[in-house]
Amino acid sequence: MIPIVEATGFGVSLAGSSVLRGVHLQVHRGEILSIIGPAGSGKTTFLRCINRLSDLVPGTQVSGTLAVEGRDVFSPGTDVVDLRRRAGMVFAVPNPLPRSIYENIAFGPKLTGIRSRDRLDEIVERTLRASVLWEEVKDRLHTSGTKLSGGQQQRLCLSRTLALDPKVLLLDEPCSGLDPISTAKIEEALQDLKKTLTVVLVTNNVKQAARASDRTAFFLMGEMVEVGETGELFTHPRDKRTNDYISGRFG
Amino acid sequence: MRIPPRAVHVGMLGILWSVTLAAIGTLIWIIGWVLWHGLPSATPHFLTSMPQDSGAEGGILSVIAGTLFIILGAVALATPLGVGTAIYLVEYTRENWVTRVIRYGADCLAGIPSIIFGLFGYVFFVITLGLRWSILSGSLTLALMSLPTIIRTAEVALRSVPQGYREVSYALGATRWQMVLRVVLPGALPGIVTGIVLALGRCMSETAAVIFTAGTVLPDRIPTSPGDSVRTLAVHFYLLATEGTSESQPKAFATAAILVLAILVINVSAYTLMHRFLARYR
Repeated sequence: MIPIVEATGFGVSLAGSSVLRGVHLQVHRGEILSIIGPAGSGKTTFLRCINRLSDLVPGTQVSGTLAVEGRDVFSPGTDVVDLRRRAGMVFAVPNPLPRSIYENIAFGPKLTGIRSRDRLDEIVERTLRASVLWEEVKDRLHTSGTKLSGGQQQRLCLSRTLALDPKVLLLDEPCSGLDPISTAKIEEALQDLKKTLTVVLVTNNVKQAARASDRTAFFLMGEMVEVGETGELFTHPRDKRTNDYISGRFG
Repeated sequence: MRIPPRAVHVGMLGILWSVTLAAIGTLIWIIGWVLWHGLPSATPHFLTSMPQDSGAEGGILSVIAGTLFIILGAVALATPLGVGTAIYLVEYTRENWVTRVIRYGADCLAGIPSIIFGLFGYVFFVITLGLRWSILSGSLTLALMSLPTIIRTAEVALRSVPQGYREVSYALGATRWQMVLRVVLPGALPGIVTGIVLALGRCMSETAAVIFTAGTVLPDRIPTSPGDSVRTLAVHFYLLATEGTSESQPKAFATAAILVLAILVINVSAYTLMHRFLARYR
């Protein structure tokens, strides 16, 4: 079976200086893969290449190949809009748009031309349930999304991304600004979502990677040091640098 | 000797208060003075009847209508151009020499005295294009004059929309145009409307550019075509005040009062409408 995301000798340079080099990484269907590493290791850059948000940064150049569902992400013929629906992203900072909870979630589906109130109602309820937020907001769907607490906002953003019906979910440090309870709720949601989609979770929190993911990749200074089963990587890291990082010697 | 911080605080507060008071006081004084002299003559009859005897008798109905047509025409022409330019500058291109030329051009346009616009409008629209003294010539000239205001305020408003909203829109599968239309423009609307209202106010109070392009003829009926020549409120006031007899002075002040009130009404209603729109959108 083709991996859902596959990087082969993938590298990125920004305005001439290399930020990511020679990454070989496969993400399998139905798994949660976390990417850990200190700041500046290139993990967010890698994530933002998967859905071509890297386009927004002028001077970005890529080498090697990166494919989603077997299709080259950076080939000239790529339908970027379609790619971003297949690879949905949640950002580090909760960023609901300044509109109601309902309209935040309906934003993506409406772009694709879904207008039917019943369809939208169904999508809103299903995705809010999936991100464990429905019970908290079902009576105020038409109040502003920006009025929610940080943890609720982030789960709203997760719902909004799920409303695109993505194949792979790209999470960029989704819990970095959240309290432990909100974090637990998001991790709970991820375990359920895994049944139907694939998750790439970039995180600064080594413990979160150990708790929530099936496999873990360790990035350091623009290189992927190693990747393996999460249990294996945390108990018997093959590389000394991995061991140093997960045991808290730096980072 | 050291001044105690408490005294500095009180002193500064006093100075800032008086400066603010002076600014607001001047505004209230001017508006109050105009209204005080003008309102007694600004009767309902004055508003709803046609001028007679060069404005010394009768009302200003045709002048009000002419003013409305000209300024609405000007803003209707300048808004799509100005906002379109701003969208291009902010969303569709990176900083390069073209954007610098556009921005520099807009700034130069803003610095040109209005009488030069009047002269240009006269030579180009009135004579060369043969549009004569008309609402159309006036609107076109005022549109050129309003462009810099609308471009620059719209540009600032668009730039003030958080970059995160753009990223989110893209990440949710929006095309660039969908992003602009559904996320950036609604977010920038308050600033854009402010620019348009500012432009409306400037157009309304403009005299030099209008005398040359829309004419000074005092019509005795409501204009029915863009080709009709009109006299605007500001021009009417100017002519009554400078050329009228002492009998026409009350009419001049009444015209000024209506002009001031109209600008206030436009400001207030534009903001009310906008907030109603935003409340529904959010």
